[in-house]
Amino acid sequence: MIYVQIFLAFFIPGILGYGGGPSSIPLIEHEVVDNYEWMTTNEFSEMLAMGNALPGPIATKMAGYIGYEQGGVLGSIIGVFATVAPSMILMLALLGLLMKYKESPRVKRMTNYIRPIIAVLLGVMTYDFLFSSYDGIGIWQTLFIGLLSFFLLEKLKVHPAFVIAGALVYGGIFLA
Amino acid sequence: MTAPSTCFFGMQAEKGHGLSKQLVRGCEHMKQKEIFIAFFRSGILGFGGGPSAIPLVHKEVVDTFKFMDSDEFGDILALANALPGPINTKMAGYIGYRVGGFLGMLNALIATMVPTIILMIVLLTALNNLKDQPWVAGMTKAVVPVVAVMLATLTWDFIKKSTKSSLGWVWTFLFVAASLVLIEFVNIHPGIIIFIALVTALLKKDAAEKNEAKKERNPA
Repeated sequence: MIYVQIFLAFFIPGILGYGGGPSSIPLIEHEVVDNYEWMTTNEFSEMLAMGNALPGPIATKMAGYIGYEQGGVLGSIIGVFATVAPSMILMLALLGLLMKYKESPRVKRMTNYIRPIIAVLLGVMTYDFLFSSYDGIGIWQTLFIGLLSFFLLEKLKVHPAFVIAGALVYGGIFLA
Repeated sequence: MTAPSTCFFGMQAEKGHGLSKQLVRGCEHMKQKEIFIAFFRSGILGFGGGPSAIPLVHKEVVDTFKFMDSDEFGDILALANALPGPINTKMAGYIGYRVGGFLGMLNALIATMVPTIILMIVLLTALNNLKDQPWVAGMTKAVVPVVAVMLATLTWDFIKKSTKSSLGWVWTFLFVAASLVLIEFVNIHPGIIIFIALVTALLKKDAAEKNEAKKERNPA
């Protein structure tokens, strides 16, 4: 049942992704690429690129798009619902309790404890993407585009949307 | 900006004398419109995922529409951080709920998410339909290393933040090594490891509590 799968694929990252959207990216990748095999690493990275180039929350954009791909408009709604609703309902239900404990060191520690795990997941994803790129366009193109975009993003602080647009143009002309 | 003040009087009237219901309904309508504008703008202008849109949300709900003051906003942010899931949608849903009830919550969530989800579906579907064109294939290939770089910096960000947190260098390294082995080589679902880490964080006593307990045991 595809709708149940869509729900689970986004419910788990939504409920475990402490610290906002970006920390749920690798968890979503784990579900949709490794677990359900709805897309390849390459397709996932295209989607992530588009998600980064467009405004708005990243996790819900991915849930909306993947849900749509797998199950049409209803799939899209289910994906977004699974991402947003559980924490939303928790927030409204546990409001009083949370207000009391939000400054508690234990609650703050939760984000601290999962940060290194998310870092590992992100690192593994980085490796997967680099390897997939090496497989597709070879080591020199990968290095050239990678180093140039690092320089533009981190040193010159160019907006990611422009860097991605530039890569699209470069690829359309030189990698066609 | 005369409309919000009409709205304000409308609310007073309802409480005080049970005056004109139409005025009140107009006020409700006005409020929902404000909620929509606040979250539509902060959603469509916030690039780079939820957390980067937080200052934009602050600007709309505190400065522009004055739904709450800065302290309350900080409280809600802390609250949202204590729960899992995307930050931005939690903020939108909760603020929408407070300002405009259940309808306000739906309104705020839709305003934050739907416009960009539609953009995403339209653009990616178009790209997928042209997949066999060599220039489109080239475009999608060139984007992979860029995303890899973005992820690498995000990874480094997480590591840096982690070493600066209460974990420090040593524990961060141990956490990283252990979860790498468990996820990649033992093939345990990352969710299980995260769940264990969360439970540990909640159950472990912290230094301050330990000292307190010691004092209680040896009251000398």
